[in-house]
This record gives sequence, structure tokens and C-alpha cells, in this order.
Amino acid sequence: MAGGAVLHVSVQRDDFDVAALQRTLLAGAQCEGGVATFTGYVRSANDRCQVHSMELEHYPGMTQNSIREILRESAQRWPVLAATAVHRIGKLRPGDQIVWVGVAAAHRGAAFSACEFIMDYLKTRAPFWKKELGPDGGRWVEAREHDTQRAARWREGGQRGV
Amino acid sequence: MLKVLFFASVKEQLDCAALDVEWREAVGDLDALQAYLGAERGPQWREVLGQANMVRAVNQSVASDNCRLRDGDEVAFFPPVTGG
Repeated sequence: MAGGAVLHVSVQRDDFDVAALQRTLLAGAQCEGGVATFTGYVRSANDRCQVHSMELEHYPGMTQNSIREILRESAQRWPVLAATAVHRIGKLRPGDQIVWVGVAAAHRGAAFSACEFIMDYLKTRAPFWKKELGPDGGRWVEAREHDTQRAARWREGGQRGV
Repeated sequence: MLKVLFFASVKEQLDCAALDVEWREAVGDLDALQAYLGAERGPQWREVLGQANMVRAVNQSVASDNCRLRDGDEVAFFPPVTGG
């Protein structure tokens, strides 16, 4: 299915409109079936630290390529018609949209699974780094073991994790 | 020439975003390049680049083991990723 799936990646400073992204996803896929989406927002507190704003750094080039590879892998595992991933960089504030993933498929199982897979892999493979700025200055967010474990579930042979 | 890039906390700790290293056999693989940078730039570099969770990428692909470097390669050092 990977050959036929319509895949789109955007790494951008600007905010995004989820309704417009979903319309574009559907138009590209000529979709009949369903769309599963995930939208991530910046937290106002993380590890009990207050967050005033956040600076998102990335590795230009590798970021786009690694996300495209994740989308391609999702389309090899499930019958995905179209998949889009949008990730913001630069300065963000609590409540801002930071990431959007949308997957169109003929049936909900593939759409849900592929969407979750893409988010789990994006969090552990795409080269983004968050620096949170709070009352005590800036601190780089530490990678979480929990995220690594979530991503590892997909390697254990199952189409869905535990 | 090898293009060497540093990101996020690694970039801040080293106060360096990018540098060029002339390719030669002494920097012919990832471990050798890392050792060279540590020797050339001092103990702080050796310590930062030697952190247990350091991620190394060659030509924008993560390298889980040591690997050969060719003239013109792009090498990056960065901490575990935290996007999403």
C-alpha cells in the first residue's frame, strides 16, 4: 500500500488549521472510510515545572526525511490511503498547537493504529528538541523512557501494542 | 571535509553549532572522529560527546554503532529527541 498512499510532511513555524489539513488529506486520498487524527498542544506545566514558553529546535533536512520514513513505514504496515504529519518549530506558548497527524484509511482499525504508530515513532525518532522556558530560566526537556517503551511495542510483532 | 553538527543541549554545552574537520584516516570512523574532537578541543568536549545517551547520526541517519566516514559526510551529535 505504501506505493499508493499519499504522504505529506510539513515542518513549519506557522500555526495550522486542523480542518483545512483534514480536508486536504481527504482530497488527496479520494477517501472513503475514515480519518483518525491526533493534535498535540503545548503543556502549561511539565514535571511540576511551570512553562511560560517553549523553543523547539530541529535538524533541518533530517527532520523531514525521518518523518517521511515514518509515514512510509505506517503505509507498509496498514492499508493507509493518505497520511499527513505537521510539526511546528520555533517559539510556542502553552495551549499552542504543536503537532498534527492525520491518517485516512478504508476502515477505522488501520487509521487508528497508523495514527498512533506515527505519533509514537515521531516522538522517539524525529530530531526535534524542546526547551522549556519558565520562572527559573530554560531547561531542555529530557527524553522519557515511557515514550521509548511505547514505540518499542510496535517492534514486538503485533499490529497493535498492549 | 567532514561537516560536524551539534544540536540542542549538546550545542549549548559545547557553545558550537557546526565545524568542519579535514577528512583523513585519523578521523576515518565515528569513534575516531569523536576521540579526535575530544583530544583537540579538551576535556569538556570529551565529556559532553561521551555522554551515555549521546545520539550520533551520519548523513542524517542515526548510527547505532561505530561506522566508516567518507570525505564529504555530514556527522551530527545530539541528545535523545523530545518532539511531538
